[in-house]
Amino acid sequence: MSAELTAGVAQVLRRIGGTVTGAVSKLGFVSRFLLAVLWHTPGAFRRMHLTLREIYFAGVLSLVIILMSGLFVGMVLSLQGYETLKRYGAGEQLGILVALSLVRELGPVMSGLLFASRAGSAMTAEIGLMKTTEQLAAMEMMAVDPLARVVAPRFWGGVISMPLLAALFSAFGIFGGYIVGVPLIGIDAGAFWGQMKAGVDFWPDVTNGIIKSFVFGVAVSLIAVFEGYDAKPTAEGVSSATTRTVVMSSLAILALDFVMTVFMFRGASVV
Amino acid sequence: MNRSAIDLWVGIFVAIGFGAILFLALKVGNLLTLDRTPGYHLEASFDNIGGLKLRAPVKAAGVVVGRVEAVRLDPKIYDAVVTLRIDQHYEFTRDTIASINTSGLLGEVYIGLDAGGDPVMLKDGDRIRKTQSAVVIEKLISQFLFDKASSGAGGEAAAPGKSVEKPAGETKK
Repeated sequence: MSAELTAGVAQVLRRIGGTVTGAVSKLGFVSRFLLAVLWHTPGAFRRMHLTLREIYFAGVLSLVIILMSGLFVGMVLSLQGYETLKRYGAGEQLGILVALSLVRELGPVMSGLLFASRAGSAMTAEIGLMKTTEQLAAMEMMAVDPLARVVAPRFWGGVISMPLLAALFSAFGIFGGYIVGVPLIGIDAGAFWGQMKAGVDFWPDVTNGIIKSFVFGVAVSLIAVFEGYDAKPTAEGVSSATTRTVVMSSLAILALDFVMTVFMFRGASVV
Repeated sequence: MNRSAIDLWVGIFVAIGFGAILFLALKVGNLLTLDRTPGYHLEASFDNIGGLKLRAPVKAAGVVVGRVEAVRLDPKIYDAVVTLRIDQHYEFTRDTIASINTSGLLGEVYIGLDAGGDPVMLKDGDRIRKTQSAVVIEKLISQFLFDKASSGAGGEAAAPGKSVEKPAGETKK
């Protein structure tokens, strides 16, 4: 009886231990992978067209979804925000509400989530498929380092695209908020822009939004290329790696956003 | 997709991306307003600054002429000392009164400057002598209630006309 119990407890402990060691070793692998990617970056930038191609696939082709989502998020924000502000007779403050929520939070986070599912998953699938079809191994055979040729350009394409996409998301969101707020609801255009200008600071609001989107870009791109590189070389392996990319990067974005918000806006005077 | 078409699209993307950042900086944020215009500093001490925040506007006759740059507590007399940064274009007389106001019931708290008639103007680093503290609504209400109670209890002694109520925003000398 007691021997069985001991064996059961040991089993549970062994499983916990295995999970923890697995997680730590994976974390170490990811860090070394990041260092390796950074190490191969100068080599990748020497063939700039590779990175430009990835900016095209990650950034330019994500433009439609980012701009449309930004526009609609801004419009909804404007409608809902006005409903609440109206109760306190502060409808004129709509500009601040829309601009601050977009620039500080929604712009970086929403575009990060969209970027992870639109571009990150594609990166993982592409690299995973290259691994499955042994293209990466073939490159190594030809003395071409796949980290420099395949991984680093994709990583940097994502890192460069992400802040630009987030800024476009915020800008279009504010434009959408303007469309609903000024012509539709009938707030004075001068009050809308004037209050916004008075309430939003370039430092810290806008710059912190840009820093956030840059961090999200690094996180999503790293997770995407790592999961692709680490995928099991089977059809199932690639599909589960793609799923993991979306899940992990979404969680990473939300957790990092919380941590960064705590540090960035803790001491800042609000409006 | 050949290389020059990709280059073109990436160029467009980067250009409109930076355009968006510029839009956020200039049109949405206030990167180039008041901060960069040359200004000078004035100090003013208040009994109570209420809900005054850093970067709150300083207004004269409703026109924004500066921003609140720093707020600290004077450790000797326990007064709040507010540093104001005033736009270089505007000068104020030495007997200017600084008061802490609220626009509307829930609006932003700002500092109002009312210029007097003194021929001498305030210079950089000067202190505004006459200040009026923030009106704390709770204090006003309690004063009003106590006043009511005392006038009710005292009967004819305290005539309604000559209430002894001290205004919350008392002018300091």
